[in-house]
Amino acid sequence: MSSTDTTLAPAEGQDAIREGFAPTPLLRRLGGFFLNAYAAMVLFYLFLPVAVIVAFSFNDPVGKFNFVWKGFSLDAWRDPFKYPALADALVESLKVAAVATFIAVVLGSLIAIALVRHRFRGSGSIDLFLVIPLTSPEVVLGASLLTLFLDFGWNLGFRTIVLAHVMFQISFVALTVKARLRGFDWSLEDAAMDLGANPTRTFLRVTLPLIVPGIVAAAMLSFALSLDDFIITLFTAGSTLTYPLFVNNAAKTALPPQVNVLATMILVGSLLAIGLGSAWNRWRTRGQVL
Amino acid sequence: MAGTAAAGTRRRITPYLLSLPALAYLAVFFVVPLWTLVRTSLSTSTGSVYDPTLEFNWEFANYSDAFSRYDTQIVRSFWYALAATLLALVLAYPLAYVLAFKSGRWKNALLGLVILPFFITFILRTLAWKTIFADDSIVTSFFELLGLTTNGRILSTQWAVIGGLTYNFLPFMILPIYVSIEKIDPRLLEAARDLYAGGTRTFRKVLLPLSLPGVIAGSLLTFIPAAGDFVNAQYLGGVNQAMVGTVIQSQFLVVKDYPMAAALSAVLMIIILVAVLIYTRVLGTEDLV
Repeated sequence: MSSTDTTLAPAEGQDAIREGFAPTPLLRRLGGFFLNAYAAMVLFYLFLPVAVIVAFSFNDPVGKFNFVWKGFSLDAWRDPFKYPALADALVESLKVAAVATFIAVVLGSLIAIALVRHRFRGSGSIDLFLVIPLTSPEVVLGASLLTLFLDFGWNLGFRTIVLAHVMFQISFVALTVKARLRGFDWSLEDAAMDLGANPTRTFLRVTLPLIVPGIVAAAMLSFALSLDDFIITLFTAGSTLTYPLFVNNAAKTALPPQVNVLATMILVGSLLAIGLGSAWNRWRTRGQVL
Repeated sequence: MAGTAAAGTRRRITPYLLSLPALAYLAVFFVVPLWTLVRTSLSTSTGSVYDPTLEFNWEFANYSDAFSRYDTQIVRSFWYALAATLLALVLAYPLAYVLAFKSGRWKNALLGLVILPFFITFILRTLAWKTIFADDSIVTSFFELLGLTTNGRILSTQWAVIGGLTYNFLPFMILPIYVSIEKIDPRLLEAARDLYAGGTRTFRKVLLPLSLPGVIAGSLLTFIPAAGDFVNAQYLGGVNQAMVGTVIQSQFLVVKDYPMAAALSAVLMIIILVAVLIYTRVLGTEDLV
């Protein structure tokens, strides 16, 4: 989130230059109005299902499905973990996301550091190779992993879900960290070495603090991706249920409003994490001229 | 001197050591699976549904079977994905422009709104459209009033599926376009106007070419997942909206005809690769990384 903070400053500077121009004619203003209204409509389109999901967590549905609005109720919020299978599925998802994100962040950050810090033979091919998993349809990734696990004769479950998630997370982590690391002043490392710090100390005291914000951003992104993944998980889960898989099954049999309550909790939790992340980043970089 | 030579060697091999774990991981869990997928697609399945055993014997007939049996779903997937990509582009471009140039201090909040749907499970977002497009909902009645529905229904039509696909992958279109428009110096647009270019011409000659990398990246990030998707077809479509992903999913997980399912996956992958290559060649941009 904080990368956009840094771009605000020049944009404001450019506004100042623009004010020097003659006032725009009525037609252009009218066009500007329509453009803004159009953009607002698109944002509304993006926002509408989210609003419906949050609203339906307060629904008092009749029957097994929560598709039609029947009346306001706080019942589901009073007892969000009423269905043990749903709570278990959510815990399973959080466990998968935590383990997979940890592995992917380590592997992805290392390769990102290699690509940004060093110019070496083959780095271009590695760059391209990292993008390919992201441009492959999920159904093919899931299907191919299933054929691999069948070939190995492995039982599908927690372990295979984690292995699959790490696979698509590595590329996201590597690309996110890489984007954040570009343009850093790496001569600081040399300065630390010149001042007598050994490589380990240099890494811990200079390199790590520089790259931590990028790594945190990448970790949050890949955690969210893992939590949300449905297609690849469906192919690699066997009978294990993650939260999206539970919702998928529930959609066929019974969909209680608790599903919406948990979704709303995840939404609010993510927004809080992002808010805290950007507040922390602002605090960390206080007083610095970016 | 020997010390610096050793340090030099260490410096040279460091990037390879740092890259090795991730590359090894992707080799085992991305490249090898593609190989086992192709191998499976050329095998014959013997044994029961519950315990299929595969025998590799260059069974190319799986591919011709896949084409002849599921050509409708393959073709449909690409039309739906294409329609969703075009719709997403039309929706995303003006929004990305407004976000980049006209949102001022609201920029971060509005960007947050764009990624907001990501924090709700994909399945649930799709199910929400089921509520919105329900047969007696306000939205459906409104479209019916405009005469845009068939028999008063939106669900179980191709437009429900295309609408769902457009919705689910729209942020992937908005964000790359936003990033590439944001990099443009707005003074270039003013310069174009000063040189008497009209709005259309400024768009065609300045804005669009400069934002093309974002348009290309966004289209690929929308088209590829849309072409392989089966969730939208499953929840918003009917029997006649099944896509190639639907077939792959049910052949793998329900019918357990692994060779056929693998052949279909390979076909999907190859068609997408070819489409991506043609698309990027035609538009002449290769710096997507």
